[in-house]
Amino acid sequence: MDFALSEEQELLQQSARDFLARECAPTVVRQTMATPEGYSPALHQKMAALGWTGLVIPEKFGGLGLGLLDLAVLCEELGRAAVPGPFFATAVLGALSLVHARGATAQQKLWLPQIAAGEALATLAVSEGEPCPTPAAIRTRCTSTRSSFRLSGTKLFVPDAHVADLIVTAARTRGRDADGVCLFAVPRDTPGVTVRPLPDVDQTRRPCAVELRDVELPKSARLADEPAGWRALSRVTDAACVTIAADSLGGSQRALEMAVDYARTREQFGRPIGSFQALKHMAAEMVSEIEPARSLVWYAAYAYDHEPRRAGLAAAMAKARLTDIYSRTTNRAVQMHGGIGFTWEHDMQLWFKRALWNRTAFGDAVFHRERVATLSV
Amino acid sequence: MDLSFTPEQEAFRRQVRAWVKANLPKRDPEAGSLESGDPRRIRMLKAWQRKLYDAGYVAMGWPREYGGQGADVVQQTIVNEELIVARAPGLVGGMGIQMVGPTLIQHGTEEQRRRFLPKILTAEEIWCQGYSEPGSGSDLASLRTRAELVGDEFIINGQKVWTSNAHFADWMFCLVRTDPEAPKHRGISYVLIDMKTPGIAVRPLIQMTGEPGFNEVFFDDVRIPRENLVGELNQGWLVANATLQHERNMLGSTTTTQMMMNGLLRLARTCQRNGRAAADDPVVRQQLADLIIRVETMKYHAYRQLTDAIRKRPPGIGASVNKLVSTELNHDIAAMALDVMGPYGSLGRGAADAHDRGDWPIHFMFSLGLIIGGGTSQIQKNIISERGLGMPR
Ligand SMILES: Cc1cc2nc3c(=O)[nH]c(=O)nc-3n(C[C@H](O)[C@H](O)[C@H](O)COP(=O)(O)OP(=O)(O)OC[C@H]3O[C@@H](n4cnc5c(N)ncnc54)[C@H](O)[C@@H]3O)c2cc1C
Ligand SMILES: Cc1cc2nc3c(=O)[nH]c(=O)nc-3n(C[C@H](O)[C@H](O)[C@H](O)COP(=O)(O)OP(=O)(O)OC[C@H]3O[C@@H](n4cnc5c(N)ncnc54)[C@H](O)[C@@H]3O)c2cc1C
Repeated sequence: MDFALSEEQELLQQSARDFLARECAPTVVRQTMATPEGYSPALHQKMAALGWTGLVIPEKFGGLGLGLLDLAVLCEELGRAAVPGPFFATAVLGALSLVHARGATAQQKLWLPQIAAGEALATLAVSEGEPCPTPAAIRTRCTSTRSSFRLSGTKLFVPDAHVADLIVTAARTRGRDADGVCLFAVPRDTPGVTVRPLPDVDQTRRPCAVELRDVELPKSARLADEPAGWRALSRVTDAACVTIAADSLGGSQRALEMAVDYARTREQFGRPIGSFQALKHMAAEMVSEIEPARSLVWYAAYAYDHEPRRAGLAAAMAKARLTDIYSRTTNRAVQMHGGIGFTWEHDMQLWFKRALWNRTAFGDAVFHRERVATLSV
Repeated sequence: MDLSFTPEQEAFRRQVRAWVKANLPKRDPEAGSLESGDPRRIRMLKAWQRKLYDAGYVAMGWPREYGGQGADVVQQTIVNEELIVARAPGLVGGMGIQMVGPTLIQHGTEEQRRRFLPKILTAEEIWCQGYSEPGSGSDLASLRTRAELVGDEFIINGQKVWTSNAHFADWMFCLVRTDPEAPKHRGISYVLIDMKTPGIAVRPLIQMTGEPGFNEVFFDDVRIPRENLVGELNQGWLVANATLQHERNMLGSTTTTQMMMNGLLRLARTCQRNGRAAADDPVVRQQLADLIIRVETMKYHAYRQLTDAIRKRPPGIGASVNKLVSTELNHDIAAMALDVMGPYGSLGRGAADAHDRGDWPIHFMFSLGLIIGGGTSQIQKNIISERGLGMPR
């Protein structure tokens, strides 16, 4: 029984925090989010050089072969810094879709080393606009001929598809349930694929609409076939839930620290506003939500790697709890800043809006609480 | 990170489980509650603790020379988990084991440890906490009960209030003012008082649950020997704080919470709502899931704190966070149970139609009491923001 980060994980945490404080301060975040691509290729290269983009990619494909807890530790720091860009899309969604696509070795050999090296970007297209990621919500059709597959449909809220070289796409060959779901490797430059960014209030993220019109793919493009497709996909979406929870944890912690720092120096009524109990109690409530929740994120990541039977439940718990906390914390943190917190100029808006994206991506809290109820009531 | 237990620990767990199964005391429906001070209940609970102790399962982490096992914290956790699963009664000597015992290990003299610790373990001596006074609740350091040092005796005069278990306790750990001239935190001493000493009067107060539980305690020229002083004269605030830290952790333990949550889930599956089990109602499911998540979160958080304790990392304001979160969570679980039962929720103990013998309204009230006792939620928030976050006073 040992419930703590390892020395290596603590080192990763500290070095990531230092690196991002240096390379991705809020001024950089703002410059980056104002660009049409919404990311800094130079920063992505540096992160790749540190091994981050290949963190969970097996060593034989050029990655570090680490677990989801390591990735969660890193994502907490990315959330803390509100790093814009396709890291989540590529290093979590893209990488893990390929890692879990057992039996598609050719595609793995092709893409994983490039993703690890930062040479290619990838993403995952699941949603078609419904709030809950269920099998029935996947309607994109796949028909097969003797030599090819043909995909048609519209995917929505696909993270960073506008810059992704590879769009792993969920489509169905038949029916309405989990059995008909398959995963396909769709290079963005395949004829029939059009990508349109969907402007989001959270400018550190770039969700896109991906239109697939009679997209013709070779047979080798199938990453996981029907029975395995949904299973692989749920592993990836569970990982998405845990890493979004970790991002929310980091963001909550940062918002709390900023609010407390502000309250220590801002004076009204002749004294620092942080001496008013109304604000102290708000801050204490944030702490007492955030601190225990950190343990929940660690557990969910641990379960993903070591307790497969509990992994789905733990991911659902972490996603629901942490995104609720992130919304509440950033809300309170803006309030503690008074009028300045409501401005574009003040950095608090970055985290406030990131909490909005985190709330609904990959299923909202209501959806995940229902999952928890189904699994344990 | 590794959440698995070693084969030795798993074997230990099996051994504990078998022992608990064979030794769990039978429910005596005639006996009143612990709070009521019913001698039959207290006798039964003392015998149960003694049995547990003889099996080596009480305060296992205490040093061997004072009757402990010198065991590691994981073993104690395993025992506690098994006791929850078996729905075993709590320890009658809880305040001794979880509050004054650890304090004596930290701050007591060698004589005090040898004299008191073994009897705490065996439940031969039950303890109560004499901190609060009518004018000193949250502002504990303003307490006024006087103790004058005359020769090698303290002479004590004053009054305590809300003293849980004083109606059947053998000893009290008590805060008294020994220097009325000094600033309020510097004139306090921490003393141990034999409840049979002449001059002590205990008057039970009835709690809103309808039972006694806490008391008023009056001191009229009560003489106790000087060697009952713990720590330095006038430095009792330091010792008191050690106890408060232990108290917050005790109140913040996840054991009760998990047992209550299990009970709530059982209820939700049996109670009906709109012609189906409450557990099938979508709104109820959302609320249940939210509570399940909060309870699970505290469970993993306890594992993390346990690991920190093993690695000897300082707990910081962790005890205050535990106390605040757990007591509020317990209250929310009980509140939800009342909602799930509908009109049955307010049926009291003894009502023939009540679910779970009418325990839930009692839990609901009792858990509100614990949000207040041991320092209110507001006081915990002050501690967290001032000591944890460094916000200005
Ligand atoms: C959308 C918007 C429109 C506005 N329009 C106008 C306008 O048209 N005209 C105008 O004059 N002003 C306007 N304001 C300014 C507004 O009145 C101030 O923002 C507000 O009074 C708070 O002052 P502050 O921003 O300086 O925050 P501060 O006073 O610095 O407060 C910061 C935080 O400390 C808390 N706090 C401060 N003092 C105490 C205390 N004693 N006890 C407990 N908590 C305390 C506050 O509640 C807040 O959470 C506007 C503000 C906003 C956001
Ligand atoms: C079930 C139960 C068992 C108890 N057992 C014991 C025991 O065994 N031994 C013992 O010594 N005591 C015991 N107590 C007493 C307990 O420690 C006190 O009730 C508690 O510390 C609060 O003090 P008070 O009741 O005087 O309330 P007060 O201090 O008068 O507080 C009243 C209200 O004001 C708020 N308040 C007070 N000060 C502040 C502040 N600075 N900031 C914000 N809000 C504030 C409080 O949060 C509370 O809401 C017990 C209490 C209960 C309910």
